[in-house]
Amino acid sequence: MMDLLEACRMVAQVDVVVAILASAIYGLVVGSLPGLSATMATALLVPVTFWLSPIAAIATIITASAMAIFSGDIPGCLLRIPGTPASAAYTDEAYAMTRKGQAEMALGAGLWFSAIGGVVGTLSLVLMAPLLAEMALSFSTYEYFWLAFLGLMCATLVARSSPIKAIASMLLGLLVSCIGMENPAGTPRFTFGLTDLLGGIEPIPALVGVFAVSEVMRAMVTAEPPPLPRRKFGSILANQWMLTKKYQWPMWRGNIIGIIIGVLPGAGADMAAWVSYAMSKKFSKEPELFGTGHPEGLVEAGASNNASLASGWVPSLLFGIPGDTITAIAIGVLYMKGLNPGPTLFTERASSMYALYLIFIIANIIMIPLGIIMIRIASTVLRAPRAAVMPVILLLCAVGAFATGSNLFSVLLVGVFGILGFVMERNGYPVAALVLGIVMGTMVEQNFVTSLIKSDGDILPFFERPVSGVLAALTFGALLWPLGVWIWNRTRGRRLAAG
Amino acid sequence: MIELSRRTLLGSGAALLAAPALAQPKWPARPVQLLCPWAAGGGTDAVVRIAATLLERDLGQPFNVVNRTGGSGVVGHAAIAQSNPDGYTLGIITSEICMLHWQGLTEVTYKNFTPLGQLNNDPPGIQVNASSPYKTAKDLAEAIKASPPGKFKASGTGQGGIWHLALAGWLIAMGLKADHVRWVPSNGAAPAMQDLAAGGLDFTTCSVPEARAMLDAGRARSLAVMAPARLSAFPNIPTLQEAMGIGFTTGAMRIIAGPAGLPAEVVAAVGPALKKVYDSKEYQDFMNARGFGLVYADAAGAGKALAEADAALGNAMKEAGLAKA
Repeated sequence: MMDLLEACRMVAQVDVVVAILASAIYGLVVGSLPGLSATMATALLVPVTFWLSPIAAIATIITASAMAIFSGDIPGCLLRIPGTPASAAYTDEAYAMTRKGQAEMALGAGLWFSAIGGVVGTLSLVLMAPLLAEMALSFSTYEYFWLAFLGLMCATLVARSSPIKAIASMLLGLLVSCIGMENPAGTPRFTFGLTDLLGGIEPIPALVGVFAVSEVMRAMVTAEPPPLPRRKFGSILANQWMLTKKYQWPMWRGNIIGIIIGVLPGAGADMAAWVSYAMSKKFSKEPELFGTGHPEGLVEAGASNNASLASGWVPSLLFGIPGDTITAIAIGVLYMKGLNPGPTLFTERASSMYALYLIFIIANIIMIPLGIIMIRIASTVLRAPRAAVMPVILLLCAVGAFATGSNLFSVLLVGVFGILGFVMERNGYPVAALVLGIVMGTMVEQNFVTSLIKSDGDILPFFERPVSGVLAALTFGALLWPLGVWIWNRTRGRRLAAG
Repeated sequence: MIELSRRTLLGSGAALLAAPALAQPKWPARPVQLLCPWAAGGGTDAVVRIAATLLERDLGQPFNVVNRTGGSGVVGHAAIAQSNPDGYTLGIITSEICMLHWQGLTEVTYKNFTPLGQLNNDPPGIQVNASSPYKTAKDLAEAIKASPPGKFKASGTGQGGIWHLALAGWLIAMGLKADHVRWVPSNGAAPAMQDLAAGGLDFTTCSVPEARAMLDAGRARSLAVMAPARLSAFPNIPTLQEAMGIGFTTGAMRIIAGPAGLPAEVVAAVGPALKKVYDSKEYQDFMNARGFGLVYADAAGAGKALAEADAALGNAMKEAGLAKA
């Protein structure tokens, strides 16, 4: 109790409050610029934290990353430019809602369920950190292989087109992920002697290209749609309570999946969003509405990716193992400020830990008012004429791609993926599945090959370890289920015909 | 703090625009660009950013860090080597520059740089799971020697990475073949440490600071460090020499450098400034807090360290079959 009071006092310091507010605004602005990711926002804050007190330093990182992840949904929803691979799972859905004139509902859902996911994820961190950490430590490469494989299978679920085309797109994504020398053998593949290809294709330029640039290209070849009726931008939060009640079960499922996936280092928010969106569609009563601007998937995936962000701190705080790129940066800051990760952080520095929890909760709560202001400002984009918006999007894509590595090659990549995305969509191949292949490909390969190296080429450990056995059963279940249904229907049909 | 971050952002933009050189009387007469071949947020990035802040305070001109990533470090290193040698584009180079060219991935070697000063060196350690039967490096070495090739599995970074070469160098020093212990490539030290804790590996050869949280959590033990002396942050870990009488040492270096042919005036100005950075309380506190190894060498010393590392790493890579003929 004393620790909790002490924690409240630490958070109420003037410098901490100022740090939280300033980094919240900073995170919202940087996150909403297409191509500038939440990781980038966090990395740029590190030099600033040199001069801050420990709690204020951690507060800036936590607040800015939470805000940037949420505001990454704004360009995704309004302009179809996903800010992060995590929001790529539901970008098409949110954009479809915008085109139906429900931008406020889509953005509101992003905001409201992000905040709920963040708070629930934080509670899991407070209540179950040691338990979750044990779970994370029992995952070896065998388990990660099955997990990544399951993630890949979401491709057919999230796409609205035929499963064959979805799988083809995903395989193309896997091929793209083969490029470079960041593979288990450390050998350059498909680089054609180009130095720029040695590091492989980063997901961000690919993402920006296939979604945003292809959208600009499509706008150029289609006639200007009738302008949206001029109306007041409706209330942002009004519908959210209704959505919360209506989709309560998917929301909780999203939270729980997010927490579990977030805790596993190397899985993180990207996979959480994809898996949750796919599950939402699979278990929905109205799966045919998915992809047409239906909020259900947004609710579940939005809650899931923010829950995973908070629970991703569990392995970071207990073992110094980053759950994603953001916590990797945060660990550096923790060390620099003498808050060394480890179990002793929870016992000897309990008041600092409570302060950290409080900051998580505060960040997720002030996200709502600040987010509403941000959405209001951003939504003016919808009223601008298309001829003015499209060139700006193209410019932002180029600047964003350049910013990640100060490398002109990424700008070129954005263009190439733009053309690829345009051609694919014209022919009914879902680009989201391509992105999924790029994001998951490395993980599948890395874990498969290293597992085989460890077992001297034996595939038995993929099945005999308890957790990997369960995951393998799940994977094969999901793979064979449609086949089983098909055989069942056929034999029954034959019996009916015979009878 | 908003101001600071905005300044950094604007500054890096300005530095990009100001790339073409103008003859100036006294260096530095305008902002200096510091290239970092690795991504923002990593260890090298953190070191170069604090050095930039301190250089800026000392020399009175902004030092803007620009992350030029891609190609596993090739792109950024090449960008430093190929920049105009006017002193307004410098950068941080890492041990990889002594490895990439052996793999045939770039033409650029350490000879294409003017080293200005070494700021850090992190030696690898030998870490085992807390429940491992091996209590000392000697125990582990005996067991490795007695085992058939490929039985022991170790990790710490990707195939052909610096910690892989540390393992190869250690095995060669013991009189074994470089691939007697099978290397399990991983995406960096953190996943390797996690797999070690999950029971998937026999040991890791990443640096001790990278293993620190697991050591603190009682999940892993460090048996030895491949350095000439014990680390000040980890005084209980013996050196390889103390643990088993093998004097093999290596490490990951971070060196501030410019392109070959920097004007003598620039070298003369940066050298003492870097020494001042290294001696500053801020830098010492920062490095100690992160657990990074504090090693300083002046321009000549850094050049010598690069030449030695280049020969040693090249040898280890040839032995391990990682070098391209």
